[in-house]
Amino acid sequence: MIRLDDVTLSYKGRTGEVTALAHTSIDVKRGEFAAVVGPSGCGKSTLMKLATGLIRPTKGAVSLEGQLVTGPVKMAGMAFQHANLLPWRSVLDNVMLPLEIVEPHRSRFRREKAAYRTRALDLLGVVGLRDFADRYPWEMSGGMQQRASLCRALIHEPALLMLDEPFAALDAFTREELWVVLRDLWQRLGFTVILVTHDLREAAFLADTIHVMSARPGRIVETRTVDFPRPRPLEVCYEPAFTDLVHQLRGKIAEVRQA
Amino acid sequence: MKIAAEDITPVAFTVALFVIWEAACRFFRIDAFILPPPSAVFAAAAQYWWPLLKNSFVTLWTTVAGFLLAVVFGIALGLLVGWSRAIYRGLYPVMIGFNSIPKVAVVPILIMWFGIGEIPAILTAFLISFFPIVVNVATGLATTEPELEDVLRALGASKLDIMRKVGIPRTSPYLFGSLKVAITLAFVGAVVSETIGANAGVGHLMVQAGSNFQMPLVFAGLLALAIEGILMYAVFAVLERRMAGWAFRASMSAAG
Ligand SMILES: Nc1ncnc2c1ncn2[C@@H]1O[C@H](COP(=O)(O)OP(=O)(O)OP(=O)(O)O)[C@@H](O)[C@H]1O
Ligand SMILES: [Mg+2]
Repeated sequence: MIRLDDVTLSYKGRTGEVTALAHTSIDVKRGEFAAVVGPSGCGKSTLMKLATGLIRPTKGAVSLEGQLVTGPVKMAGMAFQHANLLPWRSVLDNVMLPLEIVEPHRSRFRREKAAYRTRALDLLGVVGLRDFADRYPWEMSGGMQQRASLCRALIHEPALLMLDEPFAALDAFTREELWVVLRDLWQRLGFTVILVTHDLREAAFLADTIHVMSARPGRIVETRTVDFPRPRPLEVCYEPAFTDLVHQLRGKIAEVRQA
Repeated sequence: MKIAAEDITPVAFTVALFVIWEAACRFFRIDAFILPPPSAVFAAAAQYWWPLLKNSFVTLWTTVAGFLLAVVFGIALGLLVGWSRAIYRGLYPVMIGFNSIPKVAVVPILIMWFGIGEIPAILTAFLISFFPIVVNVATGLATTEPELEDVLRALGASKLDIMRKVGIPRTSPYLFGSLKVAITLAFVGAVVSETIGANAGVGHLMVQAGSNFQMPLVFAGLLALAIEGILMYAVFAVLERRMAGWAFRASMSAAG
């Protein structure tokens, strides 16, 4: 579904050019859950921006469903480490924000507001926030805000979901809770996910494939297929095979950090 | 409604100030021509209540007219400046230069152009108060979180969409905060212009009273200005809380 083909990206910084990505290729299939791990500053967030067309590659090509990406893809749901909810909107209105922007919802929004409202409430229900729909973001904990942010990324049922360390700021329990939420949503809706994370257990638990990136300038140095059977229970995290996988990934990253 | 100690203190301090002032005038036998005691000031205010009120209204309307002009131009220019970095870079030095001119220096020019009257006062009020509005509107627009912008752009939002859904609502606390400052500045501008050359307004009244050696009336004029200034500030402080209350509450949030 999404392909980066020998992509190089250089930022023009104050101190000259910074090459964030060099000759990176990655291929994510429709409905696949891909995770990207790698040392800090290796260009993971840059990869996300390239894949969604927010920035153009210096060299190489990005394509989405066979089409060359030349501008913002106009449909991807995104969520970041910070929930970035709008403080003047209630949680429900925050979640409905994409519907006011993405076609075809945009032109129907006024007419079918009630239906969209129900849809947003249902989605909030899935993440356990139904009773908080009318609250404002500042009245909620960080974990709850993050759930709302996830809902905002999914409300328009995008074919592509981009997550950049979405759970990094949360405690271990909340994080595992949200893994399960994300797993279930993904299994039900079948969108394509690219998840950037520092948490190797997170990658191993959620993903079908894990791409390991080298230190800057980043490129994919290893791609691992994760074949624990689905649906995966949280218990999978305590199996020897799982621990082995995490161990190997850890070793690989330690190795590329040295290089 | 229960009246808390905090509600009483401003009143108590104001009363105390007048009492100390009165006591000092009597105790040190200060010449009423240098500093009239509050009793004389209030007496003058009672005696001349009609001219004071009439001129207060003149000052009020010139202030508000200049302020409204400033709001309209300030918001328009602020949106323009916040819209693109190129415009921001080009206009900013010009605006800084413009703003650093003491507006008092412009009043004689305005009087030469438009003659003695209300127009120079309105224009001075406008000139002095529109800058903070521009800066605040532009700042509000420029400080949109880049990640939030990414979220919206990836959904296909145009620059105008981002401005409408995020930029402008985000700017409202900055805007209302600046209105509070701007109305005070507009007031200063209007009064300064009136004292330099006008045929009405509290500033004009004070200059006239001064040249007739009516010091209590001069101070009564000051008192009228203080009351007017506080009222205008209060109106906009309340408006700020009403229109952008989320910003006050959001800043108290624990999760940030
Ligand atoms: N706008 C920019 N201008 C110049 N250099 C940039 C810019 N954005 C990122 N970089 C540089 O590109 C490199 C990759 O940045 P990127 O944000 O993609 O890293 P990352 O893998 O997401 O890091 P982290 O894991 O810490 O989030 C970094 O070395 C960074 O300094
Ligand atoms: Mg990053």
